[in-house]
Amino acid sequence: MKTLDVTMAVVVGGLFAFGFYLMLQRSLMRIVLGFVLLGHGTNLLLLVAGGVAGRPPVLEGRTADPETVADPLPQAMALTAIVITFGLTAFLVALAHRSWRLSGHDEVRDDVEDRRIGTARERAESEAGPNRDQPDADPGREGRR
Amino acid sequence: MTAALLALPVLLPVLGLGVSLLGLPRALVRGLSSIVLAVVLADGVALLALADTRGPLALHIGGWPAPLGITLVADRLSALLLTVSVLVALAVLVFAIGQGTAEERRRSAEVFHPAYLVLVTGVSLAFLSGDLFNLFVAFEMMLAASYVLITLDADGDRTRAGMTYMITSLTSSLLFLTLVALVYAAAGTVTLAQLGPRLAELPDGIRSALALLLLAVLGIKAAIVPLHFWLPDSYPTAPAPITAVFAALLTKVGVYALLRTQTLLFPRTGVWTVLACAAIAAMIVGILGAIAQDDLNRLLSFTLVSHIGFMLFGLALFDTLGLTGTILYVIHHIVVQAALFLVAGLAVRRTGTAALHRMAHGPPPGTLVAVLFGLPALSLSGMPPFSGFVAKLTLLRAGVAHGGPTAYALAAAALLTSLLTLYTMTRVWTSAFADRPSRPAGGAAALPQRRAAETTGGVRGTGLMLAATAGLTVTGLAIAMCAGLLAGVGERAAQDLLDPGPYRSVVLDGEER
Repeated sequence: MKTLDVTMAVVVGGLFAFGFYLMLQRSLMRIVLGFVLLGHGTNLLLLVAGGVAGRPPVLEGRTADPETVADPLPQAMALTAIVITFGLTAFLVALAHRSWRLSGHDEVRDDVEDRRIGTARERAESEAGPNRDQPDADPGREGRR
Repeated sequence: MTAALLALPVLLPVLGLGVSLLGLPRALVRGLSSIVLAVVLADGVALLALADTRGPLALHIGGWPAPLGITLVADRLSALLLTVSVLVALAVLVFAIGQGTAEERRRSAEVFHPAYLVLVTGVSLAFLSGDLFNLFVAFEMMLAASYVLITLDADGDRTRAGMTYMITSLTSSLLFLTLVALVYAAAGTVTLAQLGPRLAELPDGIRSALALLLLAVLGIKAAIVPLHFWLPDSYPTAPAPITAVFAALLTKVGVYALLRTQTLLFPRTGVWTVLACAAIAAMIVGILGAIAQDDLNRLLSFTLVSHIGFMLFGLALFDTLGLTGTILYVIHHIVVQAALFLVAGLAVRRTGTAALHRMAHGPPPGTLVAVLFGLPALSLSGMPPFSGFVAKLTLLRAGVAHGGPTAYALAAAALLTSLLTLYTMTRVWTSAFADRPSRPAGGAAALPQRRAAETTGGVRGTGLMLAATAGLTVTGLAIAMCAGLLAGVGERAAQDLLDPGPYRSVVLDGEER
């Protein structure tokens, strides 16, 4: 049975909890930060999966029991994952910036069509007219409502 | 020889991507990416022939043996899906080139081809990867390319949809990485071939937790109800070729990963009730969603969600006939769904709107487009003699042969969904495609846009778009024609899935037979 470092468990759990909390917010910047925290939590988890910390990565000139050397595989995976999360974070920030420039605020908006279906009955009752093109008149306004 | 064949689907698109970034003329880049995809397609056919005659093939990259290095594996299932996916990717690329010629969008064209090649690389790698971490990397390549494609030249609405799509996918990717870490901590390996026996030794609780996390992760990626909410929200906003390739490939790669991992990692004997419930929910919820929609692309996205349920049907039964049905359904659906989205793109181009109630008032998009919509639509509904009928018949036969309340419930839901799909498609047909007396008063809003599309659009571009769509429709018919042959390969692939012995020995012994 492998031993588990309690500190690392708490840190990884905390990063996951805060990450998901931030991702559930309405502001895009918080979502991006939540993704960053979640990414850190996952990468740390990969390292923890490799066994206890403090073992030497390389033993020069002699062969040793594999139990005394650090496991290189999770480290390689964590490196790959860090590169991927870094690249995607950059793209996400760029997209959030574009969204801010296009809409003037950084809130996640509702989906227009969903909102339209959700309010279909109310609208039918209030309009009760044959003019079916009306709902399409200003989709942007409906989305921000 | 087999090493080159296995490496090519991953290597060639990446090399093509590098060359296409050098700033070559547009015509050259277009030719290059088409040639790359054509070569990968030929390679896929060769792999399929080899894997079918000689069993699974494996390539240990850099000579590192299986648990340490990266291993590419091709068996019947992966080679079959690789071939069909690349074929559809090629057709969609031709469509996109045609659309690019017709609309002369210069700015996005420079990014489109490299991103598209990354997408194809990711899809190929996902089909060929032999370990869980490599599968994660393949998903990331594919999704990173899709984030770029879905937000290409985006306006406010598409940025919003792209944001939803990206955040959902990223969350599932991080959960996937978490799963990789947990599996490594529990079993000490991420090679799929090794994981089956190792996971079997674990305590039941840990095993079910890992299985459920895997189901949730791949459930988001494959848009399984109730984790489907992101799909109809984001896919319809992209241009037609991009939506088509996403709908055809991305969710199917998720289904493939589910097939591969569940059979290798968590083999079972009876019906898988959780997945059966998800399949029934997916079929019913998806098709009811489609009935409620007015936007053509969105409606098609909901049918996609619904028909993912059919693919889960076979996997939930977990026997040879069921898995055969799933494999046939995936192949049929890749082709047909792509064809439908491309036709929707053509229709929207001709009529200037995607809203069905507006299309009903405008002029119809023409006989050829209507025929090109009608054939895949009938196929999707499962009418004979099209490919959908063959796939659905296999699934229903599997359900009845299996027996038991769950299997019968699945079969009943599948029949009901097919009927409702036919209803939905009929509704689309009558409002958008059927010929009718022109009513200029209602179509006034749509007409100027249509005229604009016709004047700026080159005849050659439109011809290419039509040819690509027709090619996919003909492929769908060819699948129905070659049903016997495909069913044979599909059945052998399903047997491979249920008896992973050869797969394991090829990956772990490193013999390239």
